[in-house]
Amino acid sequence: MDLESVIKVLNLKVRSGEDKLKTEVRGGYAGDLLSDVMANSKEGDLWITRQVHQNIVAVASLKEHAGIVLVQDSEPAKDTLEKAIKEGIPILVSELSGFEVTARIYNLLKKTD
Amino acid sequence: MDEKPLFDGSFSVVGGGNYDNAGEVSTSIKTILKKMGLPGDVVRKVALVSYEAEINIVSYARKGMIRLRVVSDRIMIEAIDEGQGIPDIELAMQPGWSTANQKTREMGFGAGMGLCNIKTFSDTFHISSEVGKGTHLKIIINTNSSSLQ
Amino acid sequence: MTLHEIKELLDAEVLIGENQLGMEVKTAFVADLMSDVLAFATAGSLLITGLTNPQVVRTADVLDIAAVLMGRGKRPSQETFQLAEELNIPILTTKFILFEIAGRLYANGMRGCIEKVGSK
Repeated sequence: MDLESVIKVLNLKVRSGEDKLKTEVRGGYAGDLLSDVMANSKEGDLWITRQVHQNIVAVASLKEHAGIVLVQDSEPAKDTLEKAIKEGIPILVSELSGFEVTARIYNLLKKTD
Repeated sequence: MDEKPLFDGSFSVVGGGNYDNAGEVSTSIKTILKKMGLPGDVVRKVALVSYEAEINIVSYARKGMIRLRVVSDRIMIEAIDEGQGIPDIELAMQPGWSTANQKTREMGFGAGMGLCNIKTFSDTFHISSEVGKGTHLKIIINTNSSSLQ
Repeated sequence: MTLHEIKELLDAEVLIGENQLGMEVKTAFVADLMSDVLAFATAGSLLITGLTNPQVVRTADVLDIAAVLMGRGKRPSQETFQLAEELNIPILTTKFILFEIAGRLYANGMRGCIEKVGSK
């Protein structure tokens, strides 16, 4: 399933990476501990977190995530957004809680398996 | 304080990044309030405020203490610490602003929400601080407010 | 869902709370950051996390959380285990990542608790 479809179904707000919406979303990873995300997430994952500081861009970039979903209407910090735009990392925002967004993305991807 | 308090006690908190017993004071406070028969949501609010204050002392100060006073219509929490203090309180109150070190973050703290959370759940919130000396929080939670869910 | 159903669904190990498996849990909260749990989680929820230190249990106690489910194959540290025993907070552990845990629970009717504790 591509990023654009996920965005549409879940009503996510796009803050950066508008040109990357055709990226394939291969899986998902929910977590706020950067060291854990670095160790355990995979390429093509949609990373769900509430961390908004600029380090999230580096992590998403290194791990080649499909994008980052910020939950509970968290907005990226100013320098985070700048970095994301520069590196072409999609940052999406959802008003839902981490559990709801994570769960829905999981089931969405499962349906298209 | 004219009215004789139903409870008045102080609890010391060890700081210096020592998380071994962090939260113990808040658990004690919760137990005390529960025994006094206060409503669940009030107890949770006080415990939450106390816990965030306690974690702040552990994370950022050398040591401190938390004082709990209960009177008929409200509960007062005072958190006083000896430590680095806060240079810019306005900045510290901003959601997401944090000076947490690696250890604090690894414990799951340092998201920069502590003081915000305390303020959100307080009916009255007052903070003062002196760099190099420490920080002082004064919180009041009303017990007959209609905050029931 | 009951803790028992959660245990079955996620092939979880019950470390504390064998006698509380009949407990009903309707909402869940996923977080690695305790401040978020404090700000948003509601009493009686299931806390799903990858953290294993004692502060997870303290947070759960402060908020009257129903049980703690540790994902990513994480197990509580010795101190965490002891504290949970002392405060009587059920702890379960599963090998699934938080992403899959949330997904499976949701498909079985579990919902997120989006409210704030005592919000004005």
